Amino acid sequence: MKLPQSALLERASFDTLLDALRRRGFKVVGPVIQDEAIVYDTVTASADLPVGWTDEQDGGHYRLKRRKDEALFGYAVGPHSWKKYLHPANLKLWDATRDAGAALRFEEGDTEKPPKLAFLGVRSCELRAIAIQDKVFMGSAFTDEHYRKRRERIFTIAVNCGTAGGTCFCVSMKTGPKVTGDVAFDLALTELLEESGHYFLITAGSEAGAEILKELPTRPATPEDLATADAVVDRTAQNMGREMPAEGLPKVLLENLEHPRWDDVAERCLSCANCTMACPTCFCTTVEDTTDLTGDHAERWRRWDSCFTLDFTYMHGGSVQQSARSRYRQWMTHKLATWHEQFGSSGCVGCGRCITWCPVGIDLTEEAAAICTVENSNTATNISEPASRDPSP
Amino acid sequence: MSASLPNTMPGLPAAPLVPEPWQVAARREETADTFTLTLQPTGEAEPMRFQPGQFNMLYAFGTGESAISISGDPSEGSSGLIHTVRRVGYVTSALARLSPGDMVGVRGPFGSAWPMEDARGRDLIFMAGGIGLAPLRPAIYHALNHRADYGRIIILTGARTPEDALYLAEQETWREQDGVEGHLTVDRAETPWTHNVGVVTTLVPKACFDPANAVAMICGPEIMMRYSAMELRKSGLTDNRIYVTMERNMKCAVAFCGHCQLGPEFICKDGPVYRFDRIRFWFSQREF
Amino acid sequence: MKVTTLEPILREHPFFAGLPDTGLTLITGCAKNVRFEAGAALAREGDPAEHFYLIREGRVSLELPAPHGGTVKIQTIDAGEVVGWSWLMPPYQWQFDISAVTPVRALEMDGTCLRGKCDADPRLGYELMKRFSRVMVERLASTRLQLLDLYGVQHPASSPTS
Ligand SMILES: Cc1cc2nc3c(=O)[nH]c(=O)nc-3n(C[C@H](O)[C@H](O)[C@H](O)COP(=O)(O)OP(=O)(O)OC[C@H]3O[C@@H](n4cnc5c(N)ncnc54)[C@H](O)[C@@H]3O)c2cc1C
Ligand code: SF4
Ligand code: SF4
Repeated sequence: MKLPQSALLERASFDTLLDALRRRGFKVVGPVIQDEAIVYDTVTASADLPVGWTDEQDGGHYRLKRRKDEALFGYAVGPHSWKKYLHPANLKLWDATRDAGAALRFEEGDTEKPPKLAFLGVRSCELRAIAIQDKVFMGSAFTDEHYRKRRERIFTIAVNCGTAGGTCFCVSMKTGPKVTGDVAFDLALTELLEESGHYFLITAGSEAGAEILKELPTRPATPEDLATADAVVDRTAQNMGREMPAEGLPKVLLENLEHPRWDDVAERCLSCANCTMACPTCFCTTVEDTTDLTGDHAERWRRWDSCFTLDFTYMHGGSVQQSARSRYRQWMTHKLATWHEQFGSSGCVGCGRCITWCPVGIDLTEEAAAICTVENSNTATNISEPASRDPSP
Repeated sequence: MSASLPNTMPGLPAAPLVPEPWQVAARREETADTFTLTLQPTGEAEPMRFQPGQFNMLYAFGTGESAISISGDPSEGSSGLIHTVRRVGYVTSALARLSPGDMVGVRGPFGSAWPMEDARGRDLIFMAGGIGLAPLRPAIYHALNHRADYGRIIILTGARTPEDALYLAEQETWREQDGVEGHLTVDRAETPWTHNVGVVTTLVPKACFDPANAVAMICGPEIMMRYSAMELRKSGLTDNRIYVTMERNMKCAVAFCGHCQLGPEFICKDGPVYRFDRIRFWFSQREF
Repeated sequence: MKVTTLEPILREHPFFAGLPDTGLTLITGCAKNVRFEAGAALAREGDPAEHFYLIREGRVSLELPAPHGGTVKIQTIDAGEVVGWSWLMPPYQWQFDISAVTPVRALEMDGTCLRGKCDADPRLGYELMKRFSRVMVERLASTRLQLLDLYGVQHPASSPTS
């Protein structure tokens, strides 16, 4: 596969990219401002993007702020993640009908062909999160066809991060901020806001991406342009809002299942499940069975669920995870420890959503560090205080 | 499109989340709260092939689904798909209202199996508590059908009272077979009862087996399995020769819904049958 | 007269396995061979507890009066096991009924006789105490498990770790 290396696209020509995608039948979805947050929704023109906005993020804190420039991607990630398109929050699994003769028939739900979606502005951590959900839904003996058929029809336009969010820690998770070749994408953009102008360095990551790139009114990128783009991501990497203790974390966590810190966090956690809803890798679901008034037609719906609910582990007689302590512990040890055994990587990509959207600001990097430092400072390395915040641009 | 999607395995149901309609062919009361359903496929559907220890998701129309182990004979040609169910809540109560001719939805079979291959040439110890005898019964059938493949067969079962003891008459016929040693115990007996009274772990010292060449398969509530494994260890069995079966809330049975996780294990896919040494760590954690 | 006939039987019984010859000889004098038909009573709650039984064949059960009449079997004891320790401690009274479930052959050990021997030979007394303690601890453990209602509605959160 011979891919053009990279090319430069002027900000003024940005919409040609959207046109090229639409010509191919893609509906473009990406960041837009709704209800004072940057969420993912339909994008028809670059003007729909949060032009000139950024987000201030911290534990339990999110606020939009104006930037001094007109950047299209000058913010970090918001409360939504792409999983809402690939792994819908509500999905009909099947219909069941009971005939007069008591015969039962099942009809699979969600059989329509999903729309071809172009994801615009996918961050490196988000590409990793998609790769993680690929493993969950398509990597074992069973394939979730609902996920697969959506996943197969997406086109990803990634963005190298030019701004680190206050709760980001992709560097310590080795998941960003630069989009690298070991994870699937179609096009990757770096937004360059130089004195010489506002433009994008575009790199193709797939054949389909390369074809689109060919159609755009680009000019060749010089080695200097590449160096400028690298400097943008390097600066982001140096301004991470948080840091996760890295080495040996799974082992430390599993050796400390009775650590007093779990009680401590349990006193703060509201079991509201926000963290799991916002997390781009959390995949758990429950089902709801319903019948209509005639009683002859039933449906089964699948909905996002959270390990923070008491019902999640219900078995006749009671829930296995009764205490908030055990539920937070379940979530964190799953994300950071047992996920490795299940899917070959951490279940956390360092996007910081769970920290920002936790109403009481519980910070899993801080919780992990506390469990590492209090008793086991010898088992984990690279433990440090959370790095100082990225001064807002 | 994004390149290189992971491959998927061929040969598995394309829609593992959609049940197939089966018909209740027979129903049998086992105890006051436990009954056995024999199901037949409808239309063109084939009989189900399964391995001892596997389970199905049974759907009671309009109510919901429950994970229920297959309790019938796994050999080819045996008639009907058999499940023994204890009525404890919504779904199992809805299943309890079914009678011959009614339909249920069935998805499966799912999960891991009892180690019938690895246990060849060894003494077999089956230990069951309460409804736990149902998931073990296919393994007992298999062992009795392939008598020459195994050494001694020991069946130790426990129930709360004689009235709660499962498959009582059938247990009698097992005990009568050559090379089968069976002990049955209840926690208390008010009616005439000549079997044991006491906890199921007390049956282990009564059984005659070669601890160096035996495999134990235990099924029952977690606490019963824990103490049974301890007792077997005392008599010389090592943890890699002890198998247990785990239970957790299950919604999908194909490792998508996340509910059945126990540490790194998806009980629906990696279990429900586990070698004890592989699950011991998680087995003894509280609230996991 | 020397009771030579019972000593080998005592030696064979698991409860006395490994007991030194001198000890065995001493306690043989307190042993008596007994048989019970199925349904017969070996002991009655409240009666003076003057002995204990080494079961050689058959099954006995410990019973209590049921709350609404009749009796509840709470434990069975088989060949190779021992039943009864009320003779060890005041007030030397049976706390349960003991009945033969099947025809039973047993050795009846005279408690008064044995207590005398143990007082005279504390080493023997200690040895016997150790053996009885073990049986008592095991019975207590399994009674506790019975209390847990092992096969009822159970979930792991409520189960003790050990
Ligand atoms: C692998 C496996 C094999 C099983 N085999 C058998 C069997 O052979 N016979 C049998 O009688 N029972 C078996 N069970 C237990 C059976 O699934 C539950 O008793 C049943 O789901 C209870 O549902 P309910 O709606 O009647 O109870 P409710 O208390 O009304 O439960 C509501 C929901 O909670 C969940 N739930 C409740 N109890 C359990 C439980 N013990 N395990 C998993 N989910 C639960 C289910 O999603 C259920 O729909 C098995 C469970 C598992 C996981
Ligand atoms: S656990 Fe938190 S930081 Fe990690 S991927 Fe999920 S939401 Fe992002
Ligand atoms: S950690 Fe925060 S977001 Fe997650 S459940 Fe607890 S309170 Fe809610």
